[in-house]
This record gives sequence, C-alpha cells and structure tokens, in this order.
Amino acid sequence: MPEIAAAAMPQAVAMPDFGIALGPLLYYWPREAVMQFYASVADAPVDRVYLGETVCTRRHEVRHAQWLEIAQMLRDAGKEVVLSTPVLVESDTDIAWMRRACAQDDYLVEANDLGAVRCMAGRPFVGGPHLNVYHADTLAWLAGLGAAGCVAPVEMDGGTLAALAAARPTGMRLEAFVWGRLPLAFSARCFTARHHRLRKDSCEFRCMDYPDGLVAATGEGQAFFTLNGVQTQSATCLDLCAEALAMARMGVGMLRVSPHSSGTLQVVQQLAAIRAGEQAPAASGITPAGAQPCNGYWHGSAGIAWEARA
Amino acid sequence: MALQHGADAVYLGLRDATNARNFGGLNFTEADIRTGVAEAHACGAEVLFAINTFAQMGAVAQWQRAVDAAADLGADAVIMADAGLMGYACERHPELRLHLSVQGSATHADAIELMRERFHIRRVVLPRVLSLAQIGKLARQTSVELEVFGFGSLCVMAEGRCLLSSYATGDSPNNKGVCSPAHAVRWTEQDGTMQARLSGILIDSYAPGEPAGYPTLCKGRFEVEGERGYVLEEPTSLNALSLLPALIDMGIAAIKIEGRQRSPRYVGDVVGVLRAAIDAACADPARFVPRQEWQSTLGRHAEGDQVTQGAYDRPWR
Repeated sequence: MPEIAAAAMPQAVAMPDFGIALGPLLYYWPREAVMQFYASVADAPVDRVYLGETVCTRRHEVRHAQWLEIAQMLRDAGKEVVLSTPVLVESDTDIAWMRRACAQDDYLVEANDLGAVRCMAGRPFVGGPHLNVYHADTLAWLAGLGAAGCVAPVEMDGGTLAALAAARPTGMRLEAFVWGRLPLAFSARCFTARHHRLRKDSCEFRCMDYPDGLVAATGEGQAFFTLNGVQTQSATCLDLCAEALAMARMGVGMLRVSPHSSGTLQVVQQLAAIRAGEQAPAASGITPAGAQPCNGYWHGSAGIAWEARA
Repeated sequence: MALQHGADAVYLGLRDATNARNFGGLNFTEADIRTGVAEAHACGAEVLFAINTFAQMGAVAQWQRAVDAAADLGADAVIMADAGLMGYACERHPELRLHLSVQGSATHADAIELMRERFHIRRVVLPRVLSLAQIGKLARQTSVELEVFGFGSLCVMAEGRCLLSSYATGDSPNNKGVCSPAHAVRWTEQDGTMQARLSGILIDSYAPGEPAGYPTLCKGRFEVEGERGYVLEEPTSLNALSLLPALIDMGIAAIKIEGRQRSPRYVGDVVGVLRAAIDAACADPARFVPRQEWQSTLGRHAEGDQVTQGAYDRPWR
C-alpha cells in the first residue's frame, strides 16, 4: 500500500471533501449475513447508505419491514439512509415495490427507472446510475423533477464526469462509483437460473450460493462477466480510490462503494483516511473473491482495462 | 425496397453517433434523405428518424443539430431516448412528433406516462423484456401508442441498460451507437479452430466446419463453474408471426422489423412476409395461421438458424 506519512501532507491546504456512500446490496445474502453486514456499517465512516433490493423482486430474505428496521438502526447511528427502487420494473411485484418506496416520506429515495421518477412527483430523490444521465441538459431535467442528487453512468470517463459536475445545477450532489463489481446489464431472464437449468419462476434462489456473483470466464480462462440473477456485472472490480480527491475537486460530492462479501468496509476506511488527509490517494488494492481490478472507463477506454497510476 | 414490399414506415439515421446503428457504410447523407423522404411520402409511407443514442457531454450540439435536421428534412416522427434531448426537441420543434425509443427503457406505465407528460410522446417502442400479457396490460394502461418488435435479432438485455460492449471495447449503444463494434473484432485461426475476439477478449471459438457468427458479446460462449456454453443467450432471431392476432387485438400500433445493417434482400423478404401476415391477421384474426412459406422465408434470414418468441412467451420463465 503506497502510503505517505501524515507529516508530509501540506497541513494548511484544506482537503477536498466528499461523502462516502454505500450502494444498495446487489447480491442475495442470507438474512443473518445482511443483518451482520449492516450492523458493522453502523460503526463505519459511511455517510449515506442505500437500502433495498434493486435486482430481483423474487428475493425475499429481507422483508420490507426488516429493511425499514435496518434503515432506522442506521439513521440512529447517524447515517443518511436512501431507499432504492428496482432497476428493471416489469412485473406487478416490481411495480408494487417501486411504488412502496416512492410513497414513503421517511427516507430519501433512489429512483432507478423513469417510472420511479414519476412516482416521486416532485419530491426530492436521487437519480440512480441507470437513468442514463450523460449530459447537463438531462441532469437539469431531472433536477427540475426533484432530483437532489444523481449517480453518473458507470461507463462515463473522468473528463466527462468533470464537465458534467462543472455544469451541475445548484444544490445537485453528483455521485460516482469508486469500488465494486460494475453493474453492466439487466435482463428479463435470470442467468443464474439458466446456468442451473432452472426456470426463473422456480429458480430455487440459487443466487444465494454466490455472495459475490457467479463468474463467467472466456475460453482462455479470463474472468469476464459476473452473473447475478437478472443482472450482469463485470468480473473485474472497479477501484477508483486513487481518484477520490480528484473526483471531489471536480465537484463529485459522493463516492459510492458497492457492497461485497469482503473488503467493503476496508475500502470505506481507506477512503475516510484519504479524506482526512491521513493517507495519500491510492488504489485500494482490495478486490472481492480474487477479482482483478479495473478502471478503464475512467480513462476513456474499455471498462475492463486496468491502468496502474504512474 | 422496404416501401416496395409494403412497409408503412421506415426508420433511418444520420451517418454519425446520433443513432444506434453507427456502423461504417450505413446510414444516409442529408441529400439522400431528402430524396428518400419524398419517395416514402409519395408511397403514403412515413419516415421515422432514429436519434436514439444518448447525447454526450461536450457534443450535445451534434445531437441537437440532428434533431433540427430531422425537422427540416420532413421527418414524420423522431424516435429518441435521451430526456435532455427530447426537451430540446419539444422546445425548438413543438410540431415534431416524438416516439420513445426502446433505448429509453420504459417497461411499465409510470415510465411511459412520465415521458408523455413531459415530452408529449405519441408512441413508445417496448423493450424486448416484456411478456405478451404484460404488453396487453400496458396497452390498457396508457394512451401512448405501443410499438413492438416482430422480427429480427434478439437483444436479451433490457435496451438502454446494457454496457457489456463498452466494458469490453469502450464503445456501447448508449455512448457511441454501437454494440460489439466491428473495429474491435479480430478473427484468428489456430489449428483449424476459428477464434472470434473483441478487443482481444475471446468471445467464441469454432471447431472446423462449425458455422461462425459475429462475436456479439451476449451471444458468445463462456465458462461458468467449468461448463462451457451460451451463458447469456444462444444466437437466435425473434419471430412473433404467430402472435400477430393477439398483438392486433391489444391495439398495438406498429410491428417493428429490425432492418438496418441488413441486406436489401433481407429487407424485401422480411417486409413482404410481415405485410402479407399482418394483412391476413387483420382480415380474419380468428383463423390466422402463419403460412409455411412465410416461416421458411423468415427462417432463411434468422440468425443462428433458430427462431424464438423471446420474452413474449417466456419459455424460460
């Protein structure tokens, strides 16, 4: 871990500030594991926590009432809680879950599809990463509908993100992914069930066997995708911790860490140390389940690529 | 070709990243378009302009110019996905009819209604993730016209929400109007085995004599838990011919054929079959049965020699 002594940091210069957000849990974990994870989050230097099932509404280990209990516990611990809506909304259950999140006023909502944006009816919300906000006019449109924050598309490069941040409406808090496997695609089909030759409606909830997803490799053994039910992710793990201060300087106010079964809170600790000036910005060096790191999108190239910092 | 064989409307795009078929040799110059629009209108057909990618920060003016050009060149409608750009179209060209592209990912009534309320969209092209029952329900819930895919290549992912291509190559449908772009494709042969790569990543390999397909990412063969296969989707074509009476009964406004990046022969054959089938299904829906010769014509143009009704009947559900 490249680290410089605190004494070497220029003390007089104010460090650029950013919030640390924990994205919604994208995997299907047993209830106990979910509860334990969020109990540990309560003590971690996380500022904002996104809660709720965004990938598949068949998943039911943690019921809505229990998500609300977790929300209350985290709020009591001083965290800002945001309830996330499902990304691909098609079934009646999907619609009901989306509307239930949008109907409550206790917590901020992350609107993950256009329907959720409508259901917020002008109340403040965070625009999720799949709303395809690629330029300032779309960001301004969302702000006009009530967006207080917005998560940039994961494929956006650093230069473009800087330009978007510079043009953001007053009061808009822009957020970007900095760590975790990248959510890349959604389908009506469940690929985990397909792998097990099961139908989606009788999937036996096999995704619970894969706490960080199920890796699909090329014929040459290169880990490529991660199957996570109806979601397809990168097999590589995004690591933009080295860019944390640069992001904050360009006006990205919130950095998102995506939960994994290991490493998540260590990364959060590193980001907090970077923010406090106790540690120089550097790649976290941490990945889940032996994954390779990636940061290609940031550099304007293929997302899978990794460019070590010079 | 499409007009001669009975299409009611044709899609076209400008020759740049403003549409989702930004491939070399495709699309039209403005002079071509002017002639084409006049020809279509003379046949009583409509011309729909596809400006269905997401404008990129720093280049938004290019997308706005495409909208201006569509209005100027006599577009009957513009099909779009980008909310910021739709706002521009509404403001500058209030008379221009807007359709929400499949890339707009509107999968349920609230999403469609938002775009109707904000941008007065008149039609939405539904993502290929919905079942027939879901489409029927949507048709009852919204006043916006529905357009569904009837034939062509099958996207297994929700359109507008798939970044697999940029993950491997840097270019995606959203940011560049391409998927698994040709510039990233490399074919190599090793010991008689044909390997198809995208940006160096092995997408598939074919034994001697095995027919090789274009290395579209989601249709490649990968290994999961030691098992090699089509992890996401087998190469197949969507064919909704037998569902036409049901779709017509629901009040579906248009059946879309995937047509660009295709040969004139494909366009003529597929449009001809769909025209005949739709006319037959409208005339006598109760007794409609797809004719064998229609199916064999469509079969000749199907990718991977297999056809499926995709999400409409959900055999995998």
